[in-house]
Amino acid sequence: MAKLSAEKTGKKSRKEKRRLLWLSVKKNKACYAMIAPFMIFFVIFTVVPVIMSLPMGFTDFNMAQAPKFIGLSNYTTLFLSDRIFVKSIRVTIVFALFTGPVSYILCFLLAWLINELHPKLKTVFTLIFYAPSMANVYTVWQLIFSGDMNGYINSFLINLGLINAPIQWLTDANYVLGVTIVVQLWISLGAGFLALRAGFQNIDRSMYEAGAIEGIKTRWQELIYIVIPSMGPQLMFAAVMQIVSSFTAGTVAQNLVGFPSTDYRAHTIMTHAYDYGWVRYEMGYSAAICMILFIVMYILNKLISRVLSKYMD
Amino acid sequence: MQTAVNIDKIKGSNRQAGKKIGGTVAIFIFLAVLGLFMVLPIYLTVVMSIKPVEELFIFPPKLYAIRPTLNNFSDMFDALNSNRVPFSRYVFNSIAVTVSVTVLQSIFASMAAFVLAKCKFPGSKLINSIIVVALLYQSNVIYIMQYIVMAKLGLIDNPLALVLPSIASPMGLFLMRQSIGQIPDAMIEAAKVDGAGLFRICWQIVMPNQKPALMTLVIFAFQAAWNIQTGTLVFQEQYKTLPTVVTQAASAGLARAGVAMAAAVFMLVPPIVVFMLAQRQVIETMAHSGIKD
Repeated sequence: MAKLSAEKTGKKSRKEKRRLLWLSVKKNKACYAMIAPFMIFFVIFTVVPVIMSLPMGFTDFNMAQAPKFIGLSNYTTLFLSDRIFVKSIRVTIVFALFTGPVSYILCFLLAWLINELHPKLKTVFTLIFYAPSMANVYTVWQLIFSGDMNGYINSFLINLGLINAPIQWLTDANYVLGVTIVVQLWISLGAGFLALRAGFQNIDRSMYEAGAIEGIKTRWQELIYIVIPSMGPQLMFAAVMQIVSSFTAGTVAQNLVGFPSTDYRAHTIMTHAYDYGWVRYEMGYSAAICMILFIVMYILNKLISRVLSKYMD
Repeated sequence: MQTAVNIDKIKGSNRQAGKKIGGTVAIFIFLAVLGLFMVLPIYLTVVMSIKPVEELFIFPPKLYAIRPTLNNFSDMFDALNSNRVPFSRYVFNSIAVTVSVTVLQSIFASMAAFVLAKCKFPGSKLINSIIVVALLYQSNVIYIMQYIVMAKLGLIDNPLALVLPSIASPMGLFLMRQSIGQIPDAMIEAAKVDGAGLFRICWQIVMPNQKPALMTLVIFAFQAAWNIQTGTLVFQEQYKTLPTVVTQAASAGLARAGVAMAAAVFMLVPPIVVFMLAQRQVIETMAHSGIKD
């Protein structure tokens, strides 16, 4: 409706346009009423803080004094003289490349396979794969990867005779990133996975019926011709969640391999932002770091939504 | 119900039934093996929570407790009870925060998502894109600005500070919007012709079909709300929530690993219960979803 009236206004005067806009606002007042409760809280607690934070990347802000405008200086420092930032870019890319696609495919594959099982088993398996993202069990991972003989992995490998001295999983520069990736993958079957499970559950059964009549025989064909085309919105949701969790990961590394990690080997961009924000109280600099990360994620999001657009309605 | 039976018949007769059962068994075995790896750390958490201290550091580490004990749990509760405020107060606070956040978030996000997915009105496109931007934009500075906003509103040291900021979750809205978008427009138009208002269409026609997404939202909301830490928002002991005090009780490094494990197990139980209840609803939806385009 709004679209139609907007087209009409193309030729008319500005005053007329404003009047028609107001009319269509008035006509849709039920819509605004429905959206209002959400929007009030969303604007106060998310939109306003986000807008307030946008210019911080151009300031020198230590949280004690008022922010001071310093132009692009934070950004030039970041790229020209902050060697650890450059290193953290590399770590983040490696980390995101390993965790992002693998976990995205795992989410989809597992959600699909679970869907093929008996309803009782569905609940159990969904819980098993989702539980890690509910649990807060860094301590147990510390004990599993513990650097002494009491660590589960070390004692297992020593018993097998594969190694004769314990490996320092959490402090050896060669292993910290690998260990972090493993644990991140373990907790990564989260929101995206569950949304995909819900999506599978919502596929109309008559679709399978129609497919069977039209000669779809194997599960594989069902997946390609029925399931994926009707899962576009959930695939998009899972992709956004995946981008966020792969690129903004930092807490796993901080809890597991310490902060800062050995030789900055598990130092992601988000960890770097944390370092400057909450350890050194250089919030302006930290905001600049986050802004760069956001731009990268936004571009990636646009690319993915273009790929998935043919499955969207 | 009738159609469901028919479909199973068609599925069975059109395919080589035996081959399909074989495939299902293979899927089950694959998932079971992978699932074993997934639950291992959680299993170990549970085991360690019932191990006595001296068993935590023996070589080789055991995958079970030789002399299981509930000492870690009683230690944790002792630590919690030694505060000035009775333990039940924290439980009450946590339940109050979790229930109000979960209920309000689900209702508000569902209504907003329905309108954003199915109605075009001035501003709807802008709001849709702001939601995704809000999801992607993560910055330390937001927390500071949020704190400033809350201070201006006089919410600091007020229990409402734990509830209000979590009510509007862009993730919940995005999830619901994606899912509601799949409902055929014809269904909503038909209801409009029948004279139903938007509110009624949302709750009587759309939402009953959206149980999987709605229940998934409930799981997310509950989980997030259950883990809300009081942090710097609330200082009075009587307003603190369970995750805050449980973390305090468990934070003393590896020496208190047992208590930390007990705390993790204790905090994990309610989300799992809610998960099971909600997930059952998700799976039941399959049998009677009657959307036809």
